[in-house]
Amino acid sequence: MNVLNFVNAFFGDSAHWHGYDGIPHRLLEHVQYSLTALGIAAAIGLPVGLVTGHTGRGGNALALVATAARALPSFGLLVLMFVLLGLGLLPVMIPLVVLAVPPILVTTYEAVRSVDPSPVDAARGMGMTEPRILLRVEVPVALPLILSGLRSAAIQIVSTATIAAYVSLGGLGRYIVDGLYQRDYEKVVGGATLVAVLALVTLTVFWAVTRVAVSPGVRRSA
Amino acid sequence: MIRIDSVTKRYPDGTVAVDRLSLEIPDRSITVLVGPSGCGKTTTLRMINRMVEPSEGTITIDGADISRQPVNSLRRSMGYVIQNAGLFQHRTIVDNIATVPRLLGWSKDRARARARELMERVGLDASLAKRYPYQLSGGQQQRVGVARALAADPPVLLMDEPFSAVDPIVRKGLQEELLRIQDELGKTIVFVTHDIDEAIRLGTMVAVLRTGGRLAQYAPPAELLSSPADSFVEDFLGTDRGIRRLSFFTSETLELKKTPIVAVDSTAEQIASRTDPDTPYLLVTGLDGRPLGWSEPEDLVAGEIETERLLPYGRPFVHGKDSLRAALDAAVLSPTGWAVAVDGDGQVIGAVSQQTIGEAIRSAHAEGRDDAKVAG
Ligand SMILES: Nc1ncnc2c1ncn2[C@@H]1O[C@H](COP(=O)(O)OP(=O)(O)O)[C@@H](O)[C@H]1O
Ligand SMILES: [Mg+2]
Repeated sequence: MNVLNFVNAFFGDSAHWHGYDGIPHRLLEHVQYSLTALGIAAAIGLPVGLVTGHTGRGGNALALVATAARALPSFGLLVLMFVLLGLGLLPVMIPLVVLAVPPILVTTYEAVRSVDPSPVDAARGMGMTEPRILLRVEVPVALPLILSGLRSAAIQIVSTATIAAYVSLGGLGRYIVDGLYQRDYEKVVGGATLVAVLALVTLTVFWAVTRVAVSPGVRRSA
Repeated sequence: MIRIDSVTKRYPDGTVAVDRLSLEIPDRSITVLVGPSGCGKTTTLRMINRMVEPSEGTITIDGADISRQPVNSLRRSMGYVIQNAGLFQHRTIVDNIATVPRLLGWSKDRARARARELMERVGLDASLAKRYPYQLSGGQQQRVGVARALAADPPVLLMDEPFSAVDPIVRKGLQEELLRIQDELGKTIVFVTHDIDEAIRLGTMVAVLRTGGRLAQYAPPAELLSSPADSFVEDFLGTDRGIRRLSFFTSETLELKKTPIVAVDSTAEQIASRTDPDTPYLLVTGLDGRPLGWSEPEDLVAGEIETERLLPYGRPFVHGKDSLRAALDAAVLSPTGWAVAVDGDGQVIGAVSQQTIGEAIRSAHAEGRDDAKVAG
């Protein structure tokens, strides 16, 4: 038996394609967890990164927080949250958000910081308000980098969201956790393959978003 | 009128960038701030649109203290052009230029129509409208910068070394364009440069600043050249200020000699009649009246003038339009020592020797007849 055989067997078994433990349902759960975590992380990381990047203040504090957050092991955090909060979505979301905020925050900060200062100076000299300078001058130019921060956060969330299964939740982690427990390696490999495919889909989505959202003037001059 | 009244700027680190500066900037003319790097030019300019707030002193526009005006509306009433143009790379050229009208609430269509009008005014081809900044040369980007600053038709234009980053030929073109635009629009322009030649070429008034942000001299360019206030200004003007001052004297007064000119199809008699002991050379002109070159009279054989064997004539000057400086330059460049004078169409109207030009220079200086600024 090799890995490919496992993959074939897993995806060939029609029992895996429907029902509560079927691939569509588990995939949907996994996507829901991931999107929720990414949404929360972006809601924290983007505004803070944009504002600190624009003002240039708080960069050191930000780097410190990001490094500390990166040092936290997601699984350890999950166990801790489970002990503190019991079962539920929250103990899962916290480690995922903690994982995703640093790349979003740090990249957004750096992206805004690295925007050429002369257009910003020109914009200010023309009488643009600060929020408008940030949103209309800095963000469009920083967008490729900002999106790349969101992309790495998304990839990390997709692969780490498997931990949800440890606290009795669903998602693709279910196959891995149950498979390991049941010594059903076909399931383990099948689950891992699905996570990998989802990560690739995520990459594709970000590529497409970047194509559409970034001005050709920025894409070519970068 | 913009009035800078004993303004001092001390930065938080203690640097005194501008020290008790007072200037009256006349309306509808170009006032140049010039001085060595770090002498406080940018700081002064940026105090006018409140990008920098003075530590002491006041700045008023038509009597109104600018520190009491809402900062963004003040800035929207002044065009601002910076060294690297500072274009928005994510916006097309036309949308870059439309920025301030859009800020002022104009509709997109109206702002774009205005932007296209300005592209024409600053000499940008309409085909560039939909391009992005990276697709333009440095000189074109700078023109976009100027157009963007003019878009909402502000009475005041602040320019901080706008042409410093482009090569000398492009810079000259941009300077001429600015003078032309200024003739048409009559803005109140404050122009910062470290280049004294640029200051003299563009300025109606020139303020020379010395390091430490103190005013060394404030005068029209011709006066700066003829009577520098002190040795700092004199050094800053450079070694050839006498020559440069000649730019302010017209070549109109030069008496042209019309005899030493022969057409390329002249007869032997015509050549002989032009020969004159005072003019050892004859200038041969083409059938279109343009200069071909100099020759000694005895080398000219009627009907067989070989134009490729003629001596080069250097660069002619336009009599009456160009300055004495251009005439002197034409004489110095000519191997025979004679400058060729042409009319506006480039047809030869005479020749003038270095000696005659020298006499004209002496009498011009003696009369101090240096009030009119002359092109070239
Ligand atoms: N933000 C600032 N903080 C401290 N010093 C400054 C600042 N901006 C300029 N300076 C200093 O003020 C002086 C004048 O600067 P500036 O106005 O930029 O001169 P210029 O434009 O003539 O080169 C220089 O010594 C410069 O180092
Ligand atoms: Mg400067």
